[in-house]
Amino acid sequence: MGKYSLFNLIRHGLSYHRDWSKTWRNPEPQPSYDVVLIGGGGHGLATAYYLAKEQGITNIAVLEKGWIGGGNTGRNTEIVRSNYLWDEAARIYEFSLNLWNDLSQQLNFNLMYSAKGVLSLGHTLQDMRDISRRVNANRLNGIDSELLNADQVKKMVPSINVSLDSRYPVLGASLQRRGGTARHDAVVWGFARAADALGVDVIQDCKVTGIKVQKGKVTGVDTTKGFIKSAKVGVITAGNSSVMAKMAGFRLPIESHPLQAWVSEPIKPVLDTVVMSNTVHAYISQTARGELLAGAGIDPYTGYAQRGSFSVVEGAVAAILGLFPIFSRVRLNRQWAGTVDTSPDACPIVGLTPIQGLYFNCGWGTGGYKATPGSGWVFAHTIANDKPHRLNQPFSLERFTTGHLIDEHGAAGVAH
Amino acid sequence: MLLIPCPWCGPREENEFTYGGEADIVRPVEPDSLTDSEWANYLFMRKNPRGLHHEQWVHTFGCRQWFNVQRDTVTYQITATDNLR
Ligand SMILES: Cc1cc2nc3c(=O)[nH]c(=O)nc-3n(C[C@H](O)[C@H](O)[C@H](O)COP(=O)(O)OP(=O)(O)OC[C@H]3O[C@@H](n4cnc5c(N)ncnc54)[C@H](O)[C@@H]3O)c2cc1C
Ligand SMILES: [Zn+2]
Repeated sequence: MGKYSLFNLIRHGLSYHRDWSKTWRNPEPQPSYDVVLIGGGGHGLATAYYLAKEQGITNIAVLEKGWIGGGNTGRNTEIVRSNYLWDEAARIYEFSLNLWNDLSQQLNFNLMYSAKGVLSLGHTLQDMRDISRRVNANRLNGIDSELLNADQVKKMVPSINVSLDSRYPVLGASLQRRGGTARHDAVVWGFARAADALGVDVIQDCKVTGIKVQKGKVTGVDTTKGFIKSAKVGVITAGNSSVMAKMAGFRLPIESHPLQAWVSEPIKPVLDTVVMSNTVHAYISQTARGELLAGAGIDPYTGYAQRGSFSVVEGAVAAILGLFPIFSRVRLNRQWAGTVDTSPDACPIVGLTPIQGLYFNCGWGTGGYKATPGSGWVFAHTIANDKPHRLNQPFSLERFTTGHLIDEHGAAGVAH
Repeated sequence: MLLIPCPWCGPREENEFTYGGEADIVRPVEPDSLTDSEWANYLFMRKNPRGLHHEQWVHTFGCRQWFNVQRDTVTYQITATDNLR
């Protein structure tokens, strides 16, 4: 793998960029591995990378049924932040946010992480009480978080409508300045390339059709490319996790819902921060290409089709136009959906399962993109040591039996 | 948008309905004797199938009746409804 640098850019320029090496190999699977990871999204690839880099395990395959990043990682709205309410959630998201800082350098791939700030609007008095509670909780946890009034919001985002006559008047907002966005495709490619360079086999077009279990221990997986033996299997399949758990004979507290997003035609820079609102189920930012990128809350019904109902788009667009009348004549270019794995407390499940050697990392639902590096880091630790890291210990499957749920619906239920 | 055939009012747009989740989850008859894992199973664990799903809907902005629907979670096609009578 050639390093991406100014020097190499110039050097390859001399040969008309014809002999750059492939970004990653495209190997066929070996008959057995030390660790098999199912799911080539950001979380799966990050897990492979940190297993190789931090845990010294390099005999790994990542099996992806389609193309890497074709799942939720390549479909999300790229919002990165850590201002969660409860200590457990705040810790894992904050750990992750800190990893974003120098991840581009670590992976030698420009992730375009931009700490442009994330505003979460409040439209009712109760919203404002919830927001100030969250801001205070964040600050007690050492996480940067500010409470803004409507004037301060207007100053930051001049195009926003803060009139009290509007359908959803803006009363104020929370602001996390270190929050922002990062380019999701780059995250997938960056982790895949770096993991590949450390010896990980990233195998696309390889669907896992069965998980083999003998005497309570995992022994390998059946795939469309044959049986692959492994005593450790990590499942990182987001919306498809219930299907995977069924293969291993247990159920999860997960429901898979469509979640939709869309971009407009590219326009001149107009919005330099992320604006989101739980109350109106909408959020918006502007990409580096100039598109307005926006999304809604989940579709109410369960569905695996990566397709939702238009009424949800319509509702969110109406809410956004209430906030930004200036966008009323911007045209939408593309619209799509992912299949998100929602859990009862809007928190992930990362850890061991009833089957020995089988680990699950799922339940990130509508908001796991921001946690990609941290999730991979703690999951790699969990798989290598057969025991959760301190940061993901609270996010065990057992919490649904012990009752120790971590209710983040206020902070994460709709928003991303 | 789904077109949902209400057993009482006929086909109506999804917006008139509220989704009620997995159908046929039986409320524990003797809650006092339930173990923690039985509670977890009842409260939180779901089938969440890829394919045919038995689910509940209520016609909130219509006849306000609850009914069951059999829907494919990949094609979204509704193949049966049950008016629960
Ligand atoms: C529209 C939308 C907007 C979102 N916005 C945000 C946001 O702004 N901020 C944020 O933090 N989060 C956001 N999210 C959530 C975020 O995208 C996810 O939580 C995160 O990307 C999950 O990553 P993953 O790697 O676990 O899953 P995925 O990227 O979905 O990867 C799972 C992979 O597993 C593969 N797979 C499944 N079954 C099998 C099988 N049997 N065999 C082999 N491979 C299999 C799939 O093909 C898929 O590629 C959003 C999600 C959506 C859909
Ligand atoms: Zn009806």
